[in-house]
Amino acid sequence: MIRDSAPLVLGIETSCDETGVGIVRGHTLLADAIASSVDQHARFGGVVPEVASRAHLEAMTATVDRALAEAGVALRDVDAFAVTAGPGLPGALMVGVAAAKAYALALGKPLYGVNHLAAHVCVDQLEHGPLPKPCVALLVSGGHSSLLLVPDVASDVRSLGGTVDDAAGEAFDKVARVLDLGFPGGPVIDRMARDGDPAAIPFPRGKYNDGTYDFSFSGLKTAVARWVEARERAGEPVPVADVSASFQEAVVDVLTRKALKVCKDNGVRDLLIGGGVAANSRLRALAAERCEAAGVRLRVPRPKLCTDNGAMVAALGAELVASGLAPSGLDVPADSSLPIQTVAL
Amino acid sequence: MLVLAFDTATAAVTVALYEWIPGEGARRRAAAEAADRRHTELLTPSIARVLAEAGAAPDDLSAIAVGVGPGPYTGLRVGLVTARAMGEALSIPVHGVCTLDAIAWASARTEPFAVATDARRKEVYWARYASSAVRATEPAVGPAADVLDGAPEGLPVIGEGAALYAGVLGGMDHEPLMPSATALAELAIARLSGGPGPELLPPEPLYLRRPDAKEPGPRKRVTASRWEVTRP
Repeated sequence: MIRDSAPLVLGIETSCDETGVGIVRGHTLLADAIASSVDQHARFGGVVPEVASRAHLEAMTATVDRALAEAGVALRDVDAFAVTAGPGLPGALMVGVAAAKAYALALGKPLYGVNHLAAHVCVDQLEHGPLPKPCVALLVSGGHSSLLLVPDVASDVRSLGGTVDDAAGEAFDKVARVLDLGFPGGPVIDRMARDGDPAAIPFPRGKYNDGTYDFSFSGLKTAVARWVEARERAGEPVPVADVSASFQEAVVDVLTRKALKVCKDNGVRDLLIGGGVAANSRLRALAAERCEAAGVRLRVPRPKLCTDNGAMVAALGAELVASGLAPSGLDVPADSSLPIQTVAL
Repeated sequence: MLVLAFDTATAAVTVALYEWIPGEGARRRAAAEAADRRHTELLTPSIARVLAEAGAAPDDLSAIAVGVGPGPYTGLRVGLVTARAMGEALSIPVHGVCTLDAIAWASARTEPFAVATDARRKEVYWARYASSAVRATEPAVGPAADVLDGAPEGLPVIGEGAALYAGVLGGMDHEPLMPSATALAELAIARLSGGPGPELLPPEPLYLRRPDAKEPGPRKRVTASRWEVTRP
């Protein structure tokens, strides 16, 4: 049930290169304002922490203003503030955490320091309603590749597996660099792959049959680079579409296979996919196909809610308020390596 | 009018609350100092404590004065974003004060001198002053030797940077070593009252250095060229 009386929560996200401010009332999304510094990082081929931190400071209050205007509310109407306390880039996190504390102190409202990964799970409540308890979550982005069992997103999130080397999104960025496609790599490889044959090149699937819920993408990235370099050395053209499609297939094959294995092993009938890589069209299609075959319900938020944003932080804040959990103190730290089990600090 | 001042551009977190009656004067109501680099954790609790000590609420504030550096970036940003967000939430003006000016102001010196703070990487942030209220050069960052390069013989240098590089900068009395929010508030109030002193600035960080980031060169190959490469 959506109630008008549910508290108005403003969420701030600054863990990487997006300054995100979202406003929710219960499960209703009222605003989702983003300022991204991605263009400033492109020429460096990856996110430069100091560049990201500077951009967060420049964008912070203006992005809050935009979110308030979008929601049609005033700062004094906000009932609680939530902020990503970790994990993420330390200097970037500190800008958001300090800002959220300042708003909470100035307005005398509670503050919730929350976990970025749990927020990626919780955001789906804004689109598809309350999360089933339990559900399995596959979180895949440039910084994370995690398989979580989520009995209750407000209080009980368990890590079952993750990447042992590169994150899935990082593999996309590195392969895009090998193919001279620029940064970030995810969207452009997705686009190139549409004209390619996913079975053209049998790239390796790391940890495919190892019985764990872990991932490895470093070997795949190296295999792609070797294959491309061999073509270049032979003076042959590199079939970018086929390489993109075959690489992408190797990634999403192993991601979906392991996600469904977690569902099966734990008797869970609901799978949620979140994080920036969840915007990948092939991941969405293959996950839908395999979930259907396995009798698992699939939930994937729309792409704008999959990438980093403030709405997800607000969504988790609202969930914590609704659960009656105590807010964080004004001394809450930014914790760049906050473990996934810690939903709120 | 209540004026809140703070600075996080050095290893210290310093907060002060002043009551200012324009035309009459100003007096300190409360202050807090912490010599600790955990700016993110310490700043807002310190502000809350100072307000509580004075029996004041955030809504009672009329203006904020914040140190804008130069200083190590992460701490500097904590102070600036806190000032901007509080200013926005309370609809009150936010004035920037050069952190070196606050140290100079507190020295009460009447003869020329320089201020240097720790910029890490074996460098200092520095500026020269004609007196405690008159800055003579733009804030700069560089090796300690720069502070005295071309300066009159025996120019005293104060601040933590002077103490750290006493071998280069000389002198025995480097006090004050750190900025205090007390001096920052007094400087800001003096300027807002129309008195002499260094200019108030917008609440923008004085980084003075570009971010460390190199554009990547040509992509690194995973296979060495002399290797025979076979199709995987």
